[in-house]
Amino acid sequence: MYNYPDSTGHFGQFGGIYMAETLIPAVEELSAQYQRFRDDPEFKAELAYELKHYVGRPSPIYHAKRLSEHLGGAQIYLKREDLNHTGAHKINSAMGQALLAKRMGKKRVIAETGAGMHGVATATVAARFGMECIVYMGAEDIQRQAPNVFRMKLLGAKVVAVESGSKTLKDACNEAIRDWVTNVESTFYIFGTAAGPHPYPMMVRDFQCIIGNEAKVQMPEMIGRQPDAVIACVGGGSNAIGLFNPYIEVPDVAIIGVEAGGHGIATGRHAAPLTANAKVGVLHGNKVNLMQDENGQITETHSISAGLDYPGVGPEHCLLKEIGRAQYVAINDDEAISAFDALCRFEGIIPALESSHALAHAIKIAPAMSKDKVLLVNLSGRGDKDMNTVAKLKGITL
Amino acid sequence: MSNRIQAAFDKLKHQKRKALIPFVTAGDPSPAMTVPLMHALVKSGADVLELGVPFSDPMADGPTIQRASERALKQGVSLRSVLGMVAEFRKQDQATPVVLMGYGNPIEAMGWEGFSQRCAEVGVDGVLTVDFPPEESHDAFEHLQRHNIAPIFLLAPTTKDERIAQVAKLARGYVYYVSLKGVTGSGNLDLSAISEKMPALRKYIQLPIGVGFGIRDAETAKAVAKLCDGVVVGSRIVQEIEDSTAQNVIENVSHLVQGLRQAVDQA
Repeated sequence: MYNYPDSTGHFGQFGGIYMAETLIPAVEELSAQYQRFRDDPEFKAELAYELKHYVGRPSPIYHAKRLSEHLGGAQIYLKREDLNHTGAHKINSAMGQALLAKRMGKKRVIAETGAGMHGVATATVAARFGMECIVYMGAEDIQRQAPNVFRMKLLGAKVVAVESGSKTLKDACNEAIRDWVTNVESTFYIFGTAAGPHPYPMMVRDFQCIIGNEAKVQMPEMIGRQPDAVIACVGGGSNAIGLFNPYIEVPDVAIIGVEAGGHGIATGRHAAPLTANAKVGVLHGNKVNLMQDENGQITETHSISAGLDYPGVGPEHCLLKEIGRAQYVAINDDEAISAFDALCRFEGIIPALESSHALAHAIKIAPAMSKDKVLLVNLSGRGDKDMNTVAKLKGITL
Repeated sequence: MSNRIQAAFDKLKHQKRKALIPFVTAGDPSPAMTVPLMHALVKSGADVLELGVPFSDPMADGPTIQRASERALKQGVSLRSVLGMVAEFRKQDQATPVVLMGYGNPIEAMGWEGFSQRCAEVGVDGVLTVDFPPEESHDAFEHLQRHNIAPIFLLAPTTKDERIAQVAKLARGYVYYVSLKGVTGSGNLDLSAISEKMPALRKYIQLPIGVGFGIRDAETAKAVAKLCDGVVVGSRIVQEIEDSTAQNVIENVSHLVQGLRQAVDQA
């Protein structure tokens, strides 16, 4: 039976707790409190209530018929996480963590954000529960995701621009960790993805598993069976693990994670550690496949999508690749943009650039498959935040 | 284990003095300046040298040491070249202990066995990896111990007694107590909190205890030295390096460290 992580937070050789001593008691306390509440009926009932009435779950599954017909092969179904309140899957975990923070008596929450969706989700739950909220965001991401910065500010959060390093998600993460180490007693770090020190990879996954658990009920209702493959984009990989994990022990369902190929794997300008077989290393509290140079320095990544622009990946994805249960592929910037356009035109849905990567892979493989095959793509977020990026690419000034 | 660290602390104990442990980032302000700076630190009264190995993502460090890391990395400094600097230093100084301080990934990339062997060859005495707590350190530190390199551990104000006991079993050389919750170079050092924590540390730890993070002047160094066995000063020295020119950096850093030495000796 698949049962990870182990009690010390390891997914095989991956994961763990690689943190500075000051934060070890904080992650230990978090582990203990999460263990205490994860199966607590009152906690579960409150989370279920908030997810239904505030977030708007369950999210529907939609058959993208016109797109599927156009491709002439496998049927593409979309798990509509973009229809959640705040427009992405991030709120599933932010809500769970905020409810835990509330029980732990923490009045201040911090978060890192790349595309801004996790920052918006955190700012939202902080407003919902009356908590102080600080969001760290790379200065480059602040430029390319301006609408989300404004949303966070409207919600009462303080957005701190991070000017160090590559000024993207990994640097925002460094800065959030610095804040946490300084304010460890008052502060709950609402982590955005299924990575970082234990218990985050497990806890974020558990909260995101609602995606796959719903899909496992919805697909048989719609088509009388489970899909032939589940497909999701992978940066840190929280939306993907939320869809994948419940399917790990379902036979005959292929699991495909789609990383950001940037300008192409061969160019080195990408954010696809698994596809590129990056060496195992340690960053941000866990041991994972990590983009680095021969001296162990973390290399700068590239993706058109800020949410995927990260040199590492969650430890459970590393394990799923190693044991061969999931396959990881990369989609380049231009392929993602084509998929973005296709979904707009064929289905009237504007997807996030992150989710466009997953969709692009489905579009790539569907034509060669027979028409009775079914691909379930996690549409992890909506694309409103990407208007500036896409307009700029098309040479349009908004 | 008997190496330079133990010899240095034994000598200090005999003299009833406290250790002064300055930190500089290897390769800052330039790779060529590091060995002369190390000699200048010793000449100005350092008992143990902590040499920072620059890392692209120094999560436990404040802006001052972050910038030093960035300056060093821009000039191509790597773990291998840092080991080369120690070898160069040892040509003239066989007595002063050198501890490498940094993050685990550059060592992971080199491989712990190869790294430990190289440390022994060039004359590194201890290694402190900020992001490798005891839980994740067993395999890595077997390699260090095989080559008689001391694993140096951090303890923090938040560390509970069970963990102090766990660290006491694994640690060699000395133990580094982080005097505040925060990153390197932060302010607001709380002396009474340090003195309250000391009995718990002493209860489990027989090794010398060094205290660092947030020691910015002679007066604080003196006050902290009274409470422990050694004072670690990092960001303040790195700041001095940043504020100096290639011409006056040795002089400025020597002056600063001499002042710290006097203060620590008054403790």
